[in-house]
Amino acid sequence: MKKYWKSLEELKDIQAGPETLPEPLPEFSIEGLTEEEVSNKIKSNRRDFLKTLGFSIGLAAAASSCEVPVRKAIPYLNNPEEAKPGMSLHYASTFFDGHDFCPVVVKVREGRPIKVEGNELSHITCGGTSARVQASVLNLYDSARQKHPMKNGEVAGWQQVDDEIMEKLREIAGNEGRIVILSSSVVSPSTLKVFEDFKAKYPTTEVFYYDPVSYSAIRMANKSTFDKPAIPSYRFDKAEVIVGFNCDFLGSWLSPIEFAKQYAKTREIGEDKQTMSKHYQFESYMSLTGSNADKRVAIKPSDEITVMLNLYNKIAEKSDMPLFDAAPSPVNIDEVAEDLFNHQGKSLVVSGTNDIYIQAVVNAINFLLANLGGTYNFERTLNTKKGCDQKMAKLVDDMEAGEINALILYNVNPAYDYFDVQKFTDAVKKVGLTIAISEVNDETARLAEYVCPDHHYLESWNDAEPYTGMFSLSQPTIRSLFETRQGQESLLKWAGLEPNYLEYIKKYWEENLFDKQDQYLTFHDFWIHTLQNGIYELEAETKTCPLYDFEFLGVNANELKPQKPEGLELVLYEKIGIGSGKQANNPWLQELPDPISKAVWDNYVAISPKYARENGLTQEDLVKVNGSFELPILYQPGQPYGTVSIAIGYGRQHGGKVANGLGKNVYAFSKLVNGSRQFNKGSVTLEKTGEKYPIATTQTYHSMEGRPLIRETVLDKWKADPASGNELHAINEKKRVTLYKKPVYEGFHWGLSVDLNKCIGCSACVTACQAENNIAVIGKEEVKNRRIMHWIRIDRYYSTAEPDRQGPEDIHRIEPDNPEVVHQPVMCQHCDNAPCENVCPVAATPHSKEGLNQMAYNRCIGTRYCMNNCPYRVRRFNWYRYVTNDKFDYNFNEELSRMVLNPDVTVRERGVVEKCSFCIQRIQEKKLDAKKEGRLLKDGEIKPACVQSCPTKALVFGDMNNADTMVARDMENPRMYNLLEELHTLASVGYLTKVRNKEAGHEHDDHHA
Amino acid sequence: MYNKSFRGVLIKGNKTYGQITSEILAPQERKAPLWWFVSMGISTLGMLIGIYAIFITISQGIGTWGVNNSIGWGWGIINFVWWIGIGHAGTAFSIFLLILRQKWRTSINRAAEAMTVVAVICAGMFPMLHMGRIWMAFFIFPYPNSRGPLWVNFNSPLFWDVVAISTYFMASATFWYLGMIPDLATVRDRAKSKIKKAIYGLLSFGWVGSARSWLRFETAAIIMGGLTAPLVIAVHSIVSMDFATSVMAGWHTTVFPPYFVIGAIFSGFAMVLTLMIIIRKVFKFQDYVTEGHIDAIGRILTFISLIMGTAYSTEIFIAWYSGMEGELYTFFHNRIAGDHTKAFWTMVSCNAIIPQLFWFKKIRHSMTMVFIISIIINIGMWFERYVIVITSLTKDYLPSNWASYTPTWVEIGIFVGTLSIFVIGVLLFIRYIPMMAMSELKMILKGTSIITNSNKSKDHE
Repeated sequence: MKKYWKSLEELKDIQAGPETLPEPLPEFSIEGLTEEEVSNKIKSNRRDFLKTLGFSIGLAAAASSCEVPVRKAIPYLNNPEEAKPGMSLHYASTFFDGHDFCPVVVKVREGRPIKVEGNELSHITCGGTSARVQASVLNLYDSARQKHPMKNGEVAGWQQVDDEIMEKLREIAGNEGRIVILSSSVVSPSTLKVFEDFKAKYPTTEVFYYDPVSYSAIRMANKSTFDKPAIPSYRFDKAEVIVGFNCDFLGSWLSPIEFAKQYAKTREIGEDKQTMSKHYQFESYMSLTGSNADKRVAIKPSDEITVMLNLYNKIAEKSDMPLFDAAPSPVNIDEVAEDLFNHQGKSLVVSGTNDIYIQAVVNAINFLLANLGGTYNFERTLNTKKGCDQKMAKLVDDMEAGEINALILYNVNPAYDYFDVQKFTDAVKKVGLTIAISEVNDETARLAEYVCPDHHYLESWNDAEPYTGMFSLSQPTIRSLFETRQGQESLLKWAGLEPNYLEYIKKYWEENLFDKQDQYLTFHDFWIHTLQNGIYELEAETKTCPLYDFEFLGVNANELKPQKPEGLELVLYEKIGIGSGKQANNPWLQELPDPISKAVWDNYVAISPKYARENGLTQEDLVKVNGSFELPILYQPGQPYGTVSIAIGYGRQHGGKVANGLGKNVYAFSKLVNGSRQFNKGSVTLEKTGEKYPIATTQTYHSMEGRPLIRETVLDKWKADPASGNELHAINEKKRVTLYKKPVYEGFHWGLSVDLNKCIGCSACVTACQAENNIAVIGKEEVKNRRIMHWIRIDRYYSTAEPDRQGPEDIHRIEPDNPEVVHQPVMCQHCDNAPCENVCPVAATPHSKEGLNQMAYNRCIGTRYCMNNCPYRVRRFNWYRYVTNDKFDYNFNEELSRMVLNPDVTVRERGVVEKCSFCIQRIQEKKLDAKKEGRLLKDGEIKPACVQSCPTKALVFGDMNNADTMVARDMENPRMYNLLEELHTLASVGYLTKVRNKEAGHEHDDHHA
Repeated sequence: MYNKSFRGVLIKGNKTYGQITSEILAPQERKAPLWWFVSMGISTLGMLIGIYAIFITISQGIGTWGVNNSIGWGWGIINFVWWIGIGHAGTAFSIFLLILRQKWRTSINRAAEAMTVVAVICAGMFPMLHMGRIWMAFFIFPYPNSRGPLWVNFNSPLFWDVVAISTYFMASATFWYLGMIPDLATVRDRAKSKIKKAIYGLLSFGWVGSARSWLRFETAAIIMGGLTAPLVIAVHSIVSMDFATSVMAGWHTTVFPPYFVIGAIFSGFAMVLTLMIIIRKVFKFQDYVTEGHIDAIGRILTFISLIMGTAYSTEIFIAWYSGMEGELYTFFHNRIAGDHTKAFWTMVSCNAIIPQLFWFKKIRHSMTMVFIISIIINIGMWFERYVIVITSLTKDYLPSNWASYTPTWVEIGIFVGTLSIFVIGVLLFIRYIPMMAMSELKMILKGTSIITNSNKSKDHE
């Protein structure tokens, strides 16, 4: 095209070409951008402006139309010295609620106690916990707690309450009127001294102890036969033969955490320990302990004395000791007697029946077997369970007679758990002044004129001496949430003393305990160190063994006759979660599946399937019990024919919104017999109502269907071949063929091993996991819909000694009278070839470089494909929004109880899948600790919540890449197998076979078919 | 070439071109009959139930369904697979038969394709609804993003489901619409009201019927058909892989892709039969959809039914042959016998046994019998999906997890809703769109149906 030029200069430019044109200078320079970019950036015109404007307005409108909830985060005005946001602090403390005892370490985040762990320094529990201990932290944030003092049901101030109470107490004491402190068992020496000081002020004061689940017969029997009115230490760890009679020592009897730990020691086997205890259990309901026994014999409660006497006579015969008349034993006891006799000094016989004569026979057997001083010794005596049933009964009589002028109810709830609630309630009304020191405005507190709310143990100072010479301390981990006051301080105040319990304890320790040690020079040092450790243990004093006084049994020979009640014999028992009912308002415990029946949220009439069928009763039939109340039927294999068992702890009326109205209160069936309150002397009649009452259970099929899910063997076979029972593992390993490369992990490769021989099924891990990982409680209806959220569950299967491969069998069809039971904890197996990972369309569940199967909640869209494809079924779906939803009015629905949430773990939204993460937050924390300190991780340093809570140390976690770790050694153990290993999922969880100590040939051998 | 003397005429009644147009468009040019409004009303009610159930699902959560931790999928996925199966009919009909140059398809393909489109819409709702977080459903699309970028899991069949179904839906809808253009133009030309003219004018893209247009049109149809044909196979193969790639006993089966595709065509053809029998009866289209058509479909169904029977037996044989505990249990204790016996045997009898009645000509020619069997087949196919989804999940590897499943009213409500949407779709179709491909009928008319003396003599030669 022709170019025209306007001037000569322009012509020159055109001829020279565009290169010579002067470069336009950017208006301003921007570092790191090319010129073009700059020029583009600064170019802006009206259109761009309008575009930007329109877009911004649109975006602002869209953003502001979304409702974003306002959340307040209040920073520390004055940061406490120790507290670092995001870091947890740990305080040693002691859990004791008048019933269970456990030295603990409390994890505190930003001033909130959020988790309770066992204190590993304690020689009693060695770091073990129970479900109830684990759940106790939630009670702190329970909205049912009494928040301020009350007078006659009206809110009152402390000042007013104190003035009036002191005035009235003075008056009563002045008139020589009887003042009674009715307390739960007290193990705190300082509290005992508070009682003394109170008595000094009001000399007419008497202290009574009351335990709903009483052990007073043990004290009575020991007084009569050994002249020692105390509960001895039982040493299951020293026993090679253990015989239990109706004694759930692993679950609820006396000190179950301690006993579980001891028991597991005897069940441990390995290259250097080829022996194992032999455990016989004679019992009248299927208890957790019975489910672990090598040989379990179902007996009627009325037969217990007969069986026991026969056992005594058999042993006595051999050792030329006096014999007692006994009816012939309904079961064969030759083997037990033989075994016991052969293990003198290394055996232990215990009975959970609260009957003086039975306990006297137990003592006699232990005495004959020379167990005294060994497995059964009085070197240290147990200080819990101080209640005396006779005294309590007398007190109620006196109250009824109007002889008691003032009653201080301290941490007791007889208006719920006394056997004659009506009598107690009426009697209380005849007492002039009634004061309840209670955490909750419960059934009993409601009867009192004054309610003085007590601190939760996590808000309290306290000390404890559960065994003579073994002390521990409690310290507050949070300032009291409500207008509560520690019970001891109330008593001190009323006694006219300085209500400062901390100083009081310190003074007591300085005066009484400081001298007994020589490690610390000043009391301050001693106190600080003890407080830090939480425990302080003195050497046990060696005492001479007492001699057994046979006269007692001789005199009472007539009482040793069995008394057969009319009708079905009834056994009352404590559930692992709910116990005596004190913690019934704890949703974690209500939703903890019973280790045996797997039922939640209810109590029921457990009945032998055979008996039920013969009498036309089917599962979930609502029956009228003794014509007074209705409970559903539950088929319980192992329940002796002609007996039923019902759990106590239910039927609360004023326990709180969770507990109220669940199940029925059956305390009324306990009876005062032979001077003690007995739980298996009742009898019932059942009357069909024709209605059905659904029971929510987390497992409805109870047979392994002959699949090799739990592999077991017997001790002798294991000794001959450590891989016995696990032959399939080698076969499966050989068959392992794949086109894909085996995944390689260069750093850590996390793994978990589960020793099925040590797992007793106590379910502490389930609650620990729930607390650690913010797991929702979903309530009975949803559990019934099979939607429980627990990340770890314990599968329980029944099996019969005879191979039974009749095809599909469920509880309605399989009716073993006395099945063997196995417990198998199942959590995410963190498969290295995980079926769930491949199928997720959005890659929300990837595999980590350390072998963990992870869940990215933010990415999950909830197709549930992973759940379907997980052969272990460990994945959990958030079917509803479980947080702040009135339909799920449990701990996630209240501001207060949400304080227990672990800030390290996301609270999951509705519609996402969740599952066990091996407590990745704990792995990360410990890894960072090690990194900061510039060291390698130690084996056993990382403990997922389940591992940490386990009282028997059945679970071991660690790095499988390091051959020296415990878990790596377990993985090489010939007993090790992976669950469903034939699917080639390459699971990171290994199970060690269960070994039973019984004769070979009896074990069912259905794996090899 | 179509041999009239051997196979009879396709369109009876010696129609003229004009007759075809007026007869096929007659129902639409009349006022809508009362039954149309009644059915519309009932299905709208059903749809409202469905919408309410969907509202409950989305507002409260999947918890309102009967599914649980052991059985993650229930009616949602059963119905999804069932609808997708039905959605195979149209495309299979038009495309396979188009490629195979089967002329008898012309009176049926339009309706079959319409059914496909509606069925796929119904099917497509379920994977969305069964998601826990439907508001995050867009995560399933692989699009560049600022999250890493984070891509979808290309290993997951669920992702390919989305790809296949959306592609299939778009392809079938396009194919259907493309084929309609000349007919829409006919409607436009015959329209009396201005609005109708404008709407159909818009829809027919100004079709004038020039030779060039026809040429392009036919080429496009063949190309689209060729492209869509593999999709028919792909869609249900991928759906089957949702199950086949898993480790669940009863799902982990290599026979699934062909078995599912065949099953889908089976249910699709059955649904076509159901629909066509109603349409030909109601609109008196017996001349267009002749007994010969029904007979042909019947013969196809007999054959497919045999394949279904073979597939069922293969599955059982392989379960036994594998010797695997889980497989054996699923098939022998949970399907053939056990809790789900009824569902299993309903499936077998409805799909593999009852359709064998089509061997009898008498039955193939009895419209009542054909109608009943076509419905039975679709019930059977629903149970097939039920058996697959539910039995494998209820009793899987660990007996501790065994659970049962019962749908809630919400799940049933959604299913009722989709059934209603399907009916509404069909009702709208028969009211506003030429029910048969008039242009195609006219194309084949001369060669297949017009009986003239000259033709007759030619055939004899």
